[in-house]
Amino acid sequence: MQDTEKSERTNRQKWMSVLAKADTELLNMLWCDLQDKPSWTNIRAPETGMVLVRGKAGGVGTTFNVGEMALTRATVRLDSGISGVAYVQGRSASKAEQSAVLDAMLQDDRYATATYTNIIKPLEKATKKTKISASKKAANTKVEFFTMVRGK
Amino acid sequence: MYVAVKGGDAAIENSQALLAEERRGDRRIPELTLDQIKNQLSLSVDRVMAEGSLYDRDLAALAIKQARGDIVEAIFLLRAYRTTLPRFGNTLPIDTAKMQIRRRISATFKDLPGGQILGPSFDYTHRLLDFSLVENSDSPVAEEASDNILAEMPRVTELLNDEGLIEKEIDVNEQEPFDVTRNSLKFPANREARLQNLARGDEGFLLALAYSTQRGWGKTHPFAGEIRMGEVVVEIIPEELGFPIEVGEITVTECQMVNQFKGSATIPAQFTRGYGLTFGHNERKAMSMGILDRSLRSKELGEAVNAPAQDEEFVLSHSCNVEASGFVQHLKLPHYVDFQSELVTVRALRKASTFSEKNDVSPDSKNLEAAE
Repeated sequence: MQDTEKSERTNRQKWMSVLAKADTELLNMLWCDLQDKPSWTNIRAPETGMVLVRGKAGGVGTTFNVGEMALTRATVRLDSGISGVAYVQGRSASKAEQSAVLDAMLQDDRYATATYTNIIKPLEKATKKTKISASKKAANTKVEFFTMVRGK
Repeated sequence: MYVAVKGGDAAIENSQALLAEERRGDRRIPELTLDQIKNQLSLSVDRVMAEGSLYDRDLAALAIKQARGDIVEAIFLLRAYRTTLPRFGNTLPIDTAKMQIRRRISATFKDLPGGQILGPSFDYTHRLLDFSLVENSDSPVAEEASDNILAEMPRVTELLNDEGLIEKEIDVNEQEPFDVTRNSLKFPANREARLQNLARGDEGFLLALAYSTQRGWGKTHPFAGEIRMGEVVVEIIPEELGFPIEVGEITVTECQMVNQFKGSATIPAQFTRGYGLTFGHNERKAMSMGILDRSLRSKELGEAVNAPAQDEEFVLSHSCNVEASGFVQHLKLPHYVDFQSELVTVRALRKASTFSEKNDVSPDSKNLEAAE
């Protein structure tokens, strides 16, 4: 059931993922550079807490609790009435608030295109670059072991 | 019994000031930054997060700095802090099959889909001190291969599974998994409680017990089927949204131990499993956990239970280094009244015994008055 949900992600799920994984400093920089921002009210002010991370025995079996992860959440409402939600890893209140506002802006026709172009795209690009570099560096350590026949 | 004492405020304040001075060290040397700890002592950070049971690199780095590098003390600080945070809920189980792999090795198959990825490992270093690090060196930057690694690497255990050669892992949870941080452990414990306990347990304790099983104190005969390390996505389903969202990424190390057979009249012989999973890059711990998970399944698998590493009450009750160090170190607190009562008793016993009068070889016992 969960897998079918995972395979077809909505746009909102996708941008929330990009915002949550974004580098806090880069997000802040892009946020400050964004010209046209609406005003908003905090429905739920940024709050830091934890979520209990779960794993599965053998990767596939019994679910068990591994440990907690720090997480900050926020909910805002734009003057247009559209609300935005953010749950982001770590303890940055500003990142959570910015992400919630951006989540609302991306649902608002007036701001959606500019926000996507100026925030989501560059964040995605930066994350992708880091990931590809890590992957290629790992690939460079790929090894071919071979067993030797002895006693001949 | 511990009887409280009063006083010593000024001395305690001065002791803490002295501790702060010692923490800072020689003031001519620049102070450590949290960024330096996070980047250059990253494996310390990983261990503190795993045993502190809270994934947050900044907090773990702060704990290490405050504890002057004492890792168990840093774990204590992080555990204490985590009790101040509200819990928003649980994540969906992380999917290690979709890990962005930075290291992946198997000691059971040399050729496997995706290949063996050594990653950043101490394994092939010579363990010779590198004096080029004495001075700040320009460390080389690792080179990139022309291609990425395989996006999703199958687990070795799944390959064995396809042939039916290893027992299947079945999700037996009918309700929420047992949480050792909210409920006290009862014995016999179930596997999920054991795995959570081991995931936050002391690395040294787990390592020594795992070693004991290899040396013959309980039988495991493990193979490192697979060890993988890298980043996995963390997902939650917030109530107000009702659909899953990704909230971040964490580094984890997973170890699949493959062990000797179990079979019955109805099931042909199969390999058995032990599982290790820790926050961060933490192979020694993940492997020890995988070995212990298996040895603690002895009873379930119908094996004789006669070694410490097979005794779940022994292992799980003593794995927490915060509890262990608290109980051992509480002996430093004043026990003056306690000790006085024992002195009275031992003197009375000696007086009553003719044996002690004849054989008293101790120096003048009246000079051995305890501190008041």
